[in-house]
Amino acid sequence: MKLPAFDYAAPATMAEAIELLERHGGDARPLAGGQSLMPVLAFRLAQPSMLVDIGRIPGLDSIEIGEDGVRLGARVRWCDILEHPSLRSVHPLLVEAIGHVAHYPIRNRGTVGGSLAHADPAAEMPGIAFTCEATMVIAGRAGTRMVAARDFFTGPLETVIGPAELLVEVRLPPWPAARRWGFEEFARQRGAFALAAVAAFYDERDGVAIGVHLGVIGATGVVQRLPGAEAALEGRPVDAPGIAAAVAAARAEVDPPEDAEASSAYRRSLVGTMVERALAAATAR
Amino acid sequence: MTRRDTLVGQPVERLEDLRFLSGRGQYVDDRSVDGMLHATLVRSTVAHGILRSIDTTAACALPGVHAVYTAHDLGAKVPVIPMRMEANADLARFEQPVLAHGKVRYVGEPVALVVADTAAIAEDAAGLVGVDVASLPPVLDRASSERGEVLLFEAVGSNRGLSLQAIRGDAAAIDAAFQDAPYTRRRRFKVHRHTALPMETRGLLAEWDPVRQRLTVSGLVKVPFAIRSLLATLLDMPESAIDAVESDCGGGFGMRGEFYPEDFLVSFAARRLGQAVKWIEDRNEHLLAMTHAREVECDLEIACDLDGTIRGLRGRGAYDLGAYIRPNAVTAPRNFAQMAGGPYRIPALHMDVAMLVSNKTPAGSYRGPGRFETDYFRERLFDIAAGDLGIDRVAFRRHNLLRRHEVPGRLPVVMPYGTGGETDSGDYHETFERCLAEIGWHDKVALAGRQVDGVFHGLAVGSYIEGGASGPREHARLVFEADGRVTVHVGSSAVGQGLETIFAQIAADALGLPMDRIAGVFHGSSGIVKMGYGSLGSRSTVMGGSAILDAAKNLDHALRAAAAARFGCAPGEVSIEDGLRSAAARGRSLPLAGPAGIAADGIEAEGVFENNRRTYSYGTHAAHLTVDPATGQVRLLEYVSVEDVGRIINPMTLHGQVLGAIVQGLGGTLLEHLVYDGQGQLLTGSLASYLVPAADDFPNIRSIVLENHPSPVSPLGAKGAGEGGVISVGGVVANAIASALSSFGVQPDELPLTPPRIWELIQRSSGQVDLP
Repeated sequence: MKLPAFDYAAPATMAEAIELLERHGGDARPLAGGQSLMPVLAFRLAQPSMLVDIGRIPGLDSIEIGEDGVRLGARVRWCDILEHPSLRSVHPLLVEAIGHVAHYPIRNRGTVGGSLAHADPAAEMPGIAFTCEATMVIAGRAGTRMVAARDFFTGPLETVIGPAELLVEVRLPPWPAARRWGFEEFARQRGAFALAAVAAFYDERDGVAIGVHLGVIGATGVVQRLPGAEAALEGRPVDAPGIAAAVAAARAEVDPPEDAEASSAYRRSLVGTMVERALAAATAR
Repeated sequence: MTRRDTLVGQPVERLEDLRFLSGRGQYVDDRSVDGMLHATLVRSTVAHGILRSIDTTAACALPGVHAVYTAHDLGAKVPVIPMRMEANADLARFEQPVLAHGKVRYVGEPVALVVADTAAIAEDAAGLVGVDVASLPPVLDRASSERGEVLLFEAVGSNRGLSLQAIRGDAAAIDAAFQDAPYTRRRRFKVHRHTALPMETRGLLAEWDPVRQRLTVSGLVKVPFAIRSLLATLLDMPESAIDAVESDCGGGFGMRGEFYPEDFLVSFAARRLGQAVKWIEDRNEHLLAMTHAREVECDLEIACDLDGTIRGLRGRGAYDLGAYIRPNAVTAPRNFAQMAGGPYRIPALHMDVAMLVSNKTPAGSYRGPGRFETDYFRERLFDIAAGDLGIDRVAFRRHNLLRRHEVPGRLPVVMPYGTGGETDSGDYHETFERCLAEIGWHDKVALAGRQVDGVFHGLAVGSYIEGGASGPREHARLVFEADGRVTVHVGSSAVGQGLETIFAQIAADALGLPMDRIAGVFHGSSGIVKMGYGSLGSRSTVMGGSAILDAAKNLDHALRAAAAARFGCAPGEVSIEDGLRSAAARGRSLPLAGPAGIAADGIEAEGVFENNRRTYSYGTHAAHLTVDPATGQVRLLEYVSVEDVGRIINPMTLHGQVLGAIVQGLGGTLLEHLVYDGQGQLLTGSLASYLVPAADDFPNIRSIVLENHPSPVSPLGAKGAGEGGVISVGGVVANAIASALSSFGVQPDELPLTPPRIWELIQRSSGQVDLP
């Protein structure tokens, strides 16, 4: 449980950080809150030759709210989101989901960028970014590039971030004030990894749901949307039959793996239950 | 001297807490010495295999590495860890060598020890040790262990150690009870492998003094004197040349403090290298290497009359004890067999419990050993039987619970050890009725099995007895210091139970002093008393406390004798006055303390308490919970414990013991599970996967403690009370879940009751209920 030996640098600018990453090829890792990286090192699951601490680079910890949505700097911590004076009204789904992240000390250090770059399929932030169709801003030697969430995650613990690139920001699209939403997570214990969690939102027009978004984390080994369940509800009233149709479609379209903790059947059922409860919460808001 | 109990019985604040809360605790990792080296273990990553060779070349070549030891370095005969309790020749064939040789038998088994300048370098080097193992098929369950097609110990020829028999009544009577009974029911139950998980992992600091040829080992807990004795044997050095230093300890629970391979290896390395060596266990290592516990399955059968009168109970069970028989491996199987009947009237009883080995971490004794398991099986079977017979669960228990005139009663005899004994005192109906009243059973039971706001409500109740005050002896020494204050020295050891506070209370009352005249309580380490027996089996308060009473009596004699010598009179003429401040005789009076005092150089007295009878505290637990049928989630609404411990020394520390034990039981019932895959790899190697209770999981637990029936066994009247809280939890929670899900016919016969398992039970059940 002792960390392997590595070099450490804490550059003052983005350019220096990228230069350091570039110089070490794929062997350097950026360090932000360290809440995933440090256990990985302690268990010796990775042995990078250098850690590039991005803690001194200015401008990465801002939360900006504008016409075009919410911009979260990569070094924004969970506690910054939870304690922000207006985020809860501007983007209630985000704040609700982040409240489920791990435990208090971890929320005081863990960062938005770290979680997205780590891309754990059971983590809340990748789920929200994916479900909300966020855009990631990635900085490299040649400047920044924008990547849509659907293209950003390439698999469990895998993203398109290159070895000499840094994720600097995530942009969540604008959130209409009247939007209906729900977030339901089931973990065996508060702060434990979710057995399943579902983020749901839609807009209501003339009594029917428009633009239904349903995203699931924890259950299936990847961050995913539930297109079948979304389609089942699109253009329908979110009432008992509508919810039942979405639940049935969700259970039919997920294929969770079996592991030491739960059977595939349990997780499939749980996804449906979380869809049901998230939609019920949405209608009640 | 007459005792005036002004402190015993009071919720005196813990003397230890100021030290702990202000960061002044001395846990083993807090101690460092100059030039100290750090050790780490190379552990087997294969569950079962032939250990062909170990290549330490690369590890030894790493800068900063001082030594890499394998079994070859330990001499012609690799030391083996003997059983500490209930040693037995059959079982001795399964004892563990301190380093694997010839074979590896579980993932986590020590294969080599690396010593380096820093722990990080030691870990780097450990990664460079090449261990060549030819894998063998692992034995991972009861069936394959019993079949014996694959053997862990080829020379033994079987994977089965001893079989224990607990018997009440002769064989014919037991058979007759089952043949003649109008109702019998047999069911198979299983408790899963889990562990105590103390907050502080293990650790050791061994220092070698090359001049004096002395070894000092810090970090010992529970039974430091016994560890010292064994270390002396295995290291082939005089016991008196080893100082065993007890450190502050973040939880023991029966598991921490037994002799482990590391105790030998770290001490061996310190002597061989002539330098201090520290080893601190990490959490992953802890989950692999600390003894596991509780894995047992059993076919249990009950015979009753139609009115619910129990005629007999019999069962055939098997404990999975992992790869080796550890020093206290017999405790759980023995209690499992002997306590199967609990506080109930069971005229005929026969339990047959096999001890099996498997390619998993060795098992040992964990708080409420065997009792947690056996009470879960018995109380489950009682609810099933009551249901079959159409008798109310409470009425069934009330009918069969031993009456006051039946206590004390003989316990079943456990063979081949011949362990018998009898209970001491109590009125089991008193705690039973009080518990029902406290939880409001009469009103709440109407909710049982009903669905309210989507979740089903369930209730259950169960009773237990707890054995305490393990013998044979404990020693104490009281010193009347020259400054007039008293120091307390005792062979019991502290594992976080608040022992310093309790012993100060007992000593102060025994001497008629206020707390602030007790200058310190010293315990556990060698040198403090001649011999100490430590803390296990809920013994320290009763045994150490009683030894202190004896020492107090002797100190009184010693003070009188010293005063008599000064006054030139008989000791009987001396009166000790003013709260041990002065002595008077024949019209003269002299102070005890101070340069001119009678005790100017300090006066001390020893005490001992010998006891081979155990105390039996007892009680009843009840739970009210809900189950969400869609997720399988259990929410504990209320948990109530009512027990009688004979005499309460400190209600606050006792309250902590009870709540802690209940929460540990809830963890074991609902959360904690050591899961192995088909290759014998532990899948739950961190606290992300091995879930333990957190502060917000079980907020509503109430403990009510009575002291209506003092124990005749000890002069304090107190009974051991450190384990009772855990014993009933599995049975009560499982029965409450069965009660909640009665419309589905769910029978939770296997722990842990995780949400996925409860959901699967509902899916497989015959009942049809609309899910919300």
